[in-house]
Amino acid sequence: MITLKKEDLEKIIAHAEKQFPEEACGLIAGVADGENKEVKKVYLLTNIDRSREHFSLDPKEQLQAIKDMRANGLLPLGNWHSHPESPSRPSDEDKRLAYDSSASYMILSLMDRGNPVINSFHIEKNISSREELVII
Amino acid sequence: MTVIVAGKKKEYEEGLTVKQLIEKENVENPLYVTVTLNDEFVQSANLETTVLKDGDEVEFLYFMGGGR
Repeated sequence: MITLKKEDLEKIIAHAEKQFPEEACGLIAGVADGENKEVKKVYLLTNIDRSREHFSLDPKEQLQAIKDMRANGLLPLGNWHSHPESPSRPSDEDKRLAYDSSASYMILSLMDRGNPVINSFHIEKNISSREELVII
Repeated sequence: MTVIVAGKKKEYEEGLTVKQLIEKENVENPLYVTVTLNDEFVQSANLETTVLKDGDEVEFLYFMGGGR
């Protein structure tokens, strides 16, 4: 299970709306106790692909985020990205490019603009499974 | 010499290259990892020739991307 604060979800949605129709992306960091994770901070990064169909995190911003996590005693828990025009589930490319089976991959769908949907997934060897996501 | 890898101090022999460090650290999927040395990005072509020095700070950044 992974928990995400409502205010952090709102930050993610606001950033994704701002980047729409391009995909938006970022990192999530927090604490973990076994399989239970708590997101303490979300990072809003630049999608250097500037695409409505792809995303790649800006490596320079990724480096700064990793250092910030370390300085604040947080663990990297995974990443998030938006699907401006498709559902909240990993695409074939999302699965192919997921290299960390322990990470949480959050996907925010803006397909229904008035009703953004976010889910979290684990991806291992091209197979995704939904992770329980609790908004607190 | 002491090399700081992902924020942790590690002891390695002098003359170690970045490529050798990747191997010693058992970095998974190294083709999808970007390496920074003292906050500077190391080009893939230079991994074999870049020799680490005492006190160097190294980070391994996994490529993160996808698509719809």
